[in-house]
Amino acid sequence: MGNYRKAYWILLAAFVILFLGNLVYGAVSIPVNEVLSILAGKGAEKESWNMIVLNSRLPQCITALLAGAGLAISGLLLQTLFKNPLAGPSILGISDGANLGVAIIMLYSGGLLGGISGGAYFSMILAALAGSLAVLSLIIYFSRKVRSNVMLLIIGIMIGYLASSVISILNYHAAADKVHQFVMWGMGDFTGVSVEKLPYFASFTIAGLVYSLLLIKPLNALLLGEMYAANLGVKIKSARISILLCTGILTAAITAFCGPVSFIGLAVPHVARMLLGTSNHKHLVPVTILSGACIALLCNMLTVVPGSNSLLPLNAVTPIIGAPIIIYVIINRRNLQYFN
Amino acid sequence: MEGKGIAVEAIGLAIGYNDTKRRKVVQSNVNLSLMGGEVTCLLGLNGAGKSTLIRTLCGFQPPLEGKVLLRGKPLSSYSQSAFAREVGVVLTEKTNAGGITVYDLVSLGRHPYTGFFGSLKENDHRIIEEALDAAGIWHKKENYVSELSDGERQKVMIAKVLAQQCPIIVLDEPTAFLDVTARIETMVLLRKLAKEQGKAIVLSTHDIDSAIQMADNLWLLSKGKAVRCGAPEDLIMDGTIGEFFSKENVVFDNATGKLSAAVSQIRPVGVRGDFNTAYWVGNALVRNGYTPSQPREGIMNITCISPSDIQVNLPGGETKKATSVAHLCKIISEFPVTA
Repeated sequence: MGNYRKAYWILLAAFVILFLGNLVYGAVSIPVNEVLSILAGKGAEKESWNMIVLNSRLPQCITALLAGAGLAISGLLLQTLFKNPLAGPSILGISDGANLGVAIIMLYSGGLLGGISGGAYFSMILAALAGSLAVLSLIIYFSRKVRSNVMLLIIGIMIGYLASSVISILNYHAAADKVHQFVMWGMGDFTGVSVEKLPYFASFTIAGLVYSLLLIKPLNALLLGEMYAANLGVKIKSARISILLCTGILTAAITAFCGPVSFIGLAVPHVARMLLGTSNHKHLVPVTILSGACIALLCNMLTVVPGSNSLLPLNAVTPIIGAPIIIYVIINRRNLQYFN
Repeated sequence: MEGKGIAVEAIGLAIGYNDTKRRKVVQSNVNLSLMGGEVTCLLGLNGAGKSTLIRTLCGFQPPLEGKVLLRGKPLSSYSQSAFAREVGVVLTEKTNAGGITVYDLVSLGRHPYTGFFGSLKENDHRIIEEALDAAGIWHKKENYVSELSDGERQKVMIAKVLAQQCPIIVLDEPTAFLDVTARIETMVLLRKLAKEQGKAIVLSTHDIDSAIQMADNLWLLSKGKAVRCGAPEDLIMDGTIGEFFSKENVVFDNATGKLSAAVSQIRPVGVRGDFNTAYWVGNALVRNGYTPSQPREGIMNITCISPSDIQVNLPGGETKKATSVAHLCKIISEFPVTA
């Protein structure tokens, strides 16, 4: 029983260190005590440091932690719903669905990404939501047809390919400057959310995260399968819709603002389960949120190339952390309780 | 105690599927009652509609016709959460619960009683502990579900149903994947719960032997035949079970209560002597196509003195001595007896 306390302490410590690390470490080096003084509102030796920390690094940090937490929760919800530990928003094509929604808006309705009107972000999120929910409903439909988990994953990958190919066709017909903008966005990054955009992004992701906390009871019942859950009084249809809506909102908002970020949704729930030693959602949901935030912050730090002014694309970094975790999990699946 | 009265009653029930495309009636005009304090076994060959009946009783699919009364009130009048407190199920569905502890799994049985976040109160913990104890799995409560044997997992699911505090327990083939000892243990546990806690228990099974041994009541389902109910002994002696399960090559022996391969012709062999030896010699004879019967003139007669001393009197008057049943079988095969 003491296990979950340990997990919380480790994660909280890691979170504080990574959060500060993200503020301190960057292309411009700023001393730790200066960063702390800026955070305390006392300002810094140089005005530019103040600007960098408050207007660039802090929003980036908050974006990263919210996006990481949200993607991780999407992955966890999908893994429980489909009784498949290898499900995740990117592998099931849900991110690609959101991607397609964004592509339609971005390539064919003016340079919305440059604009700062609230309505523009809103339409981006709605388009991403429509795309992700469309793919989710397709996956649900196929999950009734194919019983095998592996087959369902392959169908998800195929749907992802289909969405990508539609995006390529759209790209082919779109104006060059918009295509460039779209390709840059597609590499994924946490820097795109400015101080002005942050409230929109934060309200969607925080809503999704709170929503997930309300689903803990039905998620636990679903560990036994839908029939058992129904016998325990869970209204299966509405539980399923809630889980999908929560996943859809999180994936859509994060994809719309940060681009399609791979691997975090798939890998983090495994880290959380191994850290916690249980798949009881009572602690697994909060621990997944914390782990997702930590890993996203770590990935964000790794995008900074030391001694250079440029950043690596986020999607170049996430597989370096995510892929080994998944391979480890697959190789050790016989020793991992939740696989059996 | 949950009371001895009628727990579930089916009146004029038709079960089956009602898809948009087609309507398939598996069984019609089913009349059944399930009593508190009794174990009822649902027997039937594959395709007879066992699972369909189980699913209908569990509320997973609606009846096509007729009605199911749950403690006097129609099933449709129960809300899903009220139903969850009446009928608890143990299914063959594959679960994904390997990564939680036995205690956590059994605590899921408290779902119909807990609040929005499913937090357990002191009373819930007491009920969970009692359920673990009654199901005989208390000593494993800290273990992960994935560490358990199939028999232990079945006990955990039964403990979950007990924590659910339902007067009616429905189990779909609970002994299907268990080895012999786990099968008997499960049946003994279910009997104990029926007798001590007054639960009304119904389970589907393919295991005719233990159903005859352990059930207070049998429900017999067969394609195209009316459902028959009664105590196993009554159904055996009036020939109903024989009628339900006999096929061209399989016969139900009313004397032993066992299904066996049909013998094409009767070749009687007299058996007498030590009861235990004679019983197993009879078993070997049946396997080899003979019919054990009263000793008489003109047939092969076997006198069992002890397991290592068996005398064979051949029809011609010759006597042979066997030192084991295997030896006996060898002797018999050298002197085939025709009818």
